[in-house]
Amino acid sequence: MSLENFFAMGGYAFYVWTSYGLTLVVLVFNLLSPVVQRKQLLRQLALKQKREQP
Amino acid sequence: MSIIPAPISRFFHKTASPPHFYALADKLIPWLTVLFLLLLIPGLYGGLVMAPADYQQGDSYRIIYIHVPAAWMSLFIYVLMAIMGGIALVWRIKLAEVMLISSAPIGAGFTFIALVTGSLWGKPMWGTWWVWDARLTSELILLFLYLGVTSLYGAIEDKRDAARAVSILALVGVVNIPIIHYSVEWWNTLHQGPTVSKMDKPSIHISMLIPLLLMAVAFKVYYAIAVLQAAKLQLLKREASAQWVKSLLEKPQ
Amino acid sequence: MKPHRKQRLMLIGLMLIGIGLAATFALKAFNENLMYFFSTTDVVEGKAPKETLFRLGGMVVKGSVQRPGADLLVRFTLSDFSKEVSVEYSGILPDLFREGQGIVAKGRLDNRGVFVAEEVLAKHDENYMPPEVADSLKKNQEPK
Repeated sequence: MSLENFFAMGGYAFYVWTSYGLTLVVLVFNLLSPVVQRKQLLRQLALKQKREQP
Repeated sequence: MSIIPAPISRFFHKTASPPHFYALADKLIPWLTVLFLLLLIPGLYGGLVMAPADYQQGDSYRIIYIHVPAAWMSLFIYVLMAIMGGIALVWRIKLAEVMLISSAPIGAGFTFIALVTGSLWGKPMWGTWWVWDARLTSELILLFLYLGVTSLYGAIEDKRDAARAVSILALVGVVNIPIIHYSVEWWNTLHQGPTVSKMDKPSIHISMLIPLLLMAVAFKVYYAIAVLQAAKLQLLKREASAQWVKSLLEKPQ
Repeated sequence: MKPHRKQRLMLIGLMLIGIGLAATFALKAFNENLMYFFSTTDVVEGKAPKETLFRLGGMVVKGSVQRPGADLLVRFTLSDFSKEVSVEYSGILPDLFREGQGIVAKGRLDNRGVFVAEEVLAKHDENYMPPEVADSLKKNQEPK
């Protein structure tokens, strides 16, 4: 099987690769968004704590 | 009068205590990530490269390797949310509330994936992006249930009240789950019947079935990672003023 | 279990039973509307609507597909293994349309009793296998 054939997906390239691409985007977003938000929250909480008890 | 022996009950209470769970999640996530990749890579390679094309649908059927596992997850996560809702209502365990609300966006993501990939599969095979048959419509309702859980939780200021309201919504919505599953048997639908869960034997060739099962387990492990990450965030939000969070902040990050 | 917890658990159980019953009755009441298509038997027995658009589902009978002209007009017979209905359609067929496959057509019955379709969708089955396996299955079945 050649690489070209693989990407062509028997003529269904658009449907197959759009499906896989969108899935990747959704899964990565749902995994990273809580991590990013938690880092922000931790930074805020740390700042607040410093201000309260110098 | 307890049905659960004391040592087991103590174990659950300890594990379910926020600081303990937070530390446990930190320990589990790296292992789960390794396991996820060990399942995902052979699953994708098997599904996209090794598995033969289908005799009717050619290569377009390869969408099955994300469509079906995502659809399974959309049902599985909702049932888990309803169970968490029940536990939260009866035993008032904070961790159950946190797990419930953390699961909702992940479940919504899987439902969205199932709907969109189904549409992208339906266009070339059925000849249409969308039909209002019982299967597709009930799965769309599931997406709205997930989004409803997240927005209801966000709309109520007091988070204990919010968690209680969301638990009830999750329990009420669970009635949709058997409807989705059996829709293709109870009514005439454009969507075909089940392939893998048939009582006799799955009507899918073994070379195509193995990557499908690998992807299904990979998605389950993905959910475990994603829900732990989300639960860590929710725990911090709920417990921002608790002592364990304060000592966590003093540790060098 | 503490009594107040037991009480809450029972309340939840009752709630679930109530919702389950309500959903069952609602679905029973709307059963007809939830059917995506009528079967060919429904049409032959006169259960399908007359003079309005509806959907008809069935299997394309082997050897029944005819293309009488050079245009896109196709005639074929649909069956649910009990009753048959003739269908006429003029337009582009989905990739999966072939003899022996299930389809769902939207259209209306004309006065000859022929179903004139405006749209044809393919309904694929739940079987997935490589072409070689399908070929050998066919070979094994044919001599019988």
